[in-house]
Amino acid sequence: MNEWILITGMAALTFGPRYLPLALAGRVRIPPLIEQALRFVPIAVLSAIITQTIFVREGTLDFDLHNAHLLAAVAACIVAWLSRGLFLTVASGMLVYGLTLWLL
Amino acid sequence: MTPARLFLTGARDTLPLILAAIPFGIVYGALATSNGLSQWATLAISLFVYAGSAQFIAVTLLASAAALPVILLTVFVVNLRHMLYAASLMPWVSALPQRMRVLMAFWLTDETYAVVTNRITQDPQLRGLPWYYCGSGLAMYGNWILCTWLGIVLGQRTPNITGWGLDVAMVVAFIGIVVPALQSRAQWACALSAGVCSLLTWDWPHQSGLLLTALVAITVGVVLERRHNRASKVPAFAAETPASQGERSK
Repeated sequence: MNEWILITGMAALTFGPRYLPLALAGRVRIPPLIEQALRFVPIAVLSAIITQTIFVREGTLDFDLHNAHLLAAVAACIVAWLSRGLFLTVASGMLVYGLTLWLL
Repeated sequence: MTPARLFLTGARDTLPLILAAIPFGIVYGALATSNGLSQWATLAISLFVYAGSAQFIAVTLLASAAALPVILLTVFVVNLRHMLYAASLMPWVSALPQRMRVLMAFWLTDETYAVVTNRITQDPQLRGLPWYYCGSGLAMYGNWILCTWLGIVLGQRTPNITGWGLDVAMVVAFIGIVVPALQSRAQWACALSAGVCSLLTWDWPHQSGLLLTALVAITVGVVLERRHNRASKVPAFAAETPASQGERSK
């Protein structure tokens, strides 16, 4: 595979969606329904990515309680909900992940 | 605040996300080279594409010998969420020169978007937002390139590194962004249906499951929000909890 084509294509298809709305700012208005739908995109996409990364391990679904990713995620959810602090959330999630690997 | 102060504050506020991105960048560098991408191409993608999760998905597909159009289409779909981010930033950039908008677009990531919208929520009168934004963007970008390079080097010496499960850092960082943002019932329903649907469709080819999941979860959110708005007699398209939009860490 030609790596140049891959890189150029990826760059264009990444930059395009990021730039288009910013380029048009001040010139167009987004319909209210689209705007309402767009507000849910971060929650929808990030929740899907989070769930898949936790449960799809090595090509299969892993619902085992020994799943270290699951334990780290549960800890992170609790800390995120209580503290609302990103730093604390990341630190406690990583700590639980490390402890799980070490103990189990 | 002076522009320099704003720039540094933006970088400082991004620090937790930068730390979470370190293992992510290292694993990307190691994974890409072990999946058959040359070292310069691995680094060039971080330099010129700069797309985090889309880079991961691209090199994973590369390993499964996916065709080039499939890889590019997947990258496009995975990046579509950034279009929303950019759309929501439109009111803040309408007075800026296009050159500045190009730079902001290039540095638009989940992380910088989260930090910047948090700042906007706290301080809607903020002057000099582009400086703050660029401080966050440059710090993330510099760190990402450095970690990619580190991953390329470490990947050669530590062949196992991609199996250490370092993607957990990304998961907990995203949790730190999503969980505090869940305020209304519609938002909770959106997140839960996204989780369930993503598990039902995880083995669909080329991330098509992710796309359907996003559609389903967004629809659930919009329908519930409009029903709630009707019941409480506010305009159908109003956000259920405007104050919570983009709420992040303090």
